[in-house]
Amino acid sequence: MKNRKYLVASLFIALALAGCASDEAVKPAGDESGAAPAQTGPSGSGAAPGTALSDRERQRRAELLSQRRVHFAFDSSTIDDEARAIIEAHASHLVANSQLKVTLEGNCDERGTREYNLALGERRAQAVERMMKVLGVAGSRIKTVSYGEEKPLCQEHDESCWRQNRRAEIGY
Amino acid sequence: MRFAAKWIVSLGLLLWSFGAQAVLTIEITRGVEIGTPIAIVPFGWEGQAAPAQNVSDVIEADLARSGRFAVLPRKDFISLPHEDKDVVFKDWRILKAEALVIGSVRLSAPGKYQVQFRLYDVFKGSQIAGFRYTVGAGMLRSVAHQISDIIYEKITGEPGAFNTRIAYVTREAPPGVKPVYKLQVADSDGFNPQTVVRSPESLMSPAWSPEGKRLAYVSFEDKRSKVYIQNMTDGRRTMVAEFTGINGAPAWSPDGRRLALTLSRDGNAEIYVMQLDTRALRRLTSDPAIDTEAAWSPDGRDIVFTSDRAGTPQIYRMNASGGSAERLTFEGDYNARASYAADGKSITFISRSQGGFRVAVLRLDNRTAQVLTETSLDESPSFAPNGRMIIYATEVRGRGVLASVSADGRVRQLFKLEEGDVREPAWSPYNRELQ
Repeated sequence: MKNRKYLVASLFIALALAGCASDEAVKPAGDESGAAPAQTGPSGSGAAPGTALSDRERQRRAELLSQRRVHFAFDSSTIDDEARAIIEAHASHLVANSQLKVTLEGNCDERGTREYNLALGERRAQAVERMMKVLGVAGSRIKTVSYGEEKPLCQEHDESCWRQNRRAEIGY
Repeated sequence: MRFAAKWIVSLGLLLWSFGAQAVLTIEITRGVEIGTPIAIVPFGWEGQAAPAQNVSDVIEADLARSGRFAVLPRKDFISLPHEDKDVVFKDWRILKAEALVIGSVRLSAPGKYQVQFRLYDVFKGSQIAGFRYTVGAGMLRSVAHQISDIIYEKITGEPGAFNTRIAYVTREAPPGVKPVYKLQVADSDGFNPQTVVRSPESLMSPAWSPEGKRLAYVSFEDKRSKVYIQNMTDGRRTMVAEFTGINGAPAWSPDGRRLALTLSRDGNAEIYVMQLDTRALRRLTSDPAIDTEAAWSPDGRDIVFTSDRAGTPQIYRMNASGGSAERLTFEGDYNARASYAADGKSITFISRSQGGFRVAVLRLDNRTAQVLTETSLDESPSFAPNGRMIIYATEVRGRGVLASVSADGRVRQLFKLEEGDVREPAWSPYNRELQ
């Protein structure tokens, strides 16, 4: 069941990327790695002059790249739209900057049991990892680690704090 | 609630401190008025300076905490006998005492104490038990706990668990200072804390070996989870699992030769059993879901564990040699971290109930479950070796504390540190060497 969910997610990403590429319709001929480079990172590597992003898009991309955390619902590793946009921005940056290695760190809120949360944190990190791989980041460049509920960002015992703590951190 | 005779008792332990170690203090948050009325006469002392330890105070605190006794106030006592010949049963019948404890401590040689006690049935006017011990000062508390165990067993018919220990993790993080985590072991009443492991990173999941001399635990000291075994006899530490992915949830087999572990070396969290002498690994579960938190049945035949294979974490049971798993919990959307009572007849676990994460017990014969606590962030429940109490971690006013609850939910107490958080308790097996 989970595999199927993942497949659907992957298809969705692939379609989204395909849509992206055809909208821009400026993909340089001979580009070797498919759709992903059409989403150019802020370094602009690989972007032909004609593909320059509008200022707004550039700003949006920079804003997404400045976010190193994606958040999850309780007992869930499902990537929502907000998280997807952030992961996509980082994935395209990583594709454009092949020297970078990325560490994905999965974390949970304090509720529930520590060992289950250790496994859940790993699943969150792996969910981000899978999406990055689909987006063209080589698996050999990605490392995942889970801290379960051991590294909370926020110490209060309420939902706003718990949401901050249920996260995957993207580090490179 | 009919048994909600709520009272707060400070056992006089609150200001006690032991060397540089932070001591856990105990506060009874719910007691019972029923229980065998017992009179404990302050023990006689024959010696020069004050005795190294007030043995009768320790016994009184143990029995009061158990919820099975109503300890009579000393101020009402008519006589204070220390010897058999001085006991006048009429004095105790007036107070409606059913049991009477007397005793004495004397210095028998430099640094050696002779402790003797007698337990009487007041109605019958006869002695039920009486023992004499000769020990060093460092063992006086242990002797007091052994006497408590004897009294408990003679009166209730069930073994006591006072002469046992608890392992737990503390986290101290004063403002502006990096946190320090300590894996500690203390007596069952929180005294004599010893630091077993100290780390700048988190420690969790301490698990006692069946003979009570080794602790397996998870450390993040290398910035990821790894499993270690600390031998408390010789101080040696062995790393047992540092595979790719997570390494966690150690659980000893009852014969002490195998360790169940959760590893994700093959992609996602699965339960494995490691043969400790050869380090050979056998994988027990095979499911794309999370499988973790294994615990062995006391006879070694079964393993209970947590899995979210049906969409939410629930408790399952499987043969310890593998095979299919049977789901044990069906109520609610979160049931996890089960462990067995020593008689194998019930398990305790964390259950999400009315929005809170609470300690629950499931009877395995008729599958009835009972939620025992009203707190909301409970974790890590484990039975005392006599099955009468469960120790667990919870949160009170923003602080991590340990708490215990009787298996019937009637008696509760809190174990607190003056500073910092305390969590991840694990109750030791019986300490055979001291008995």
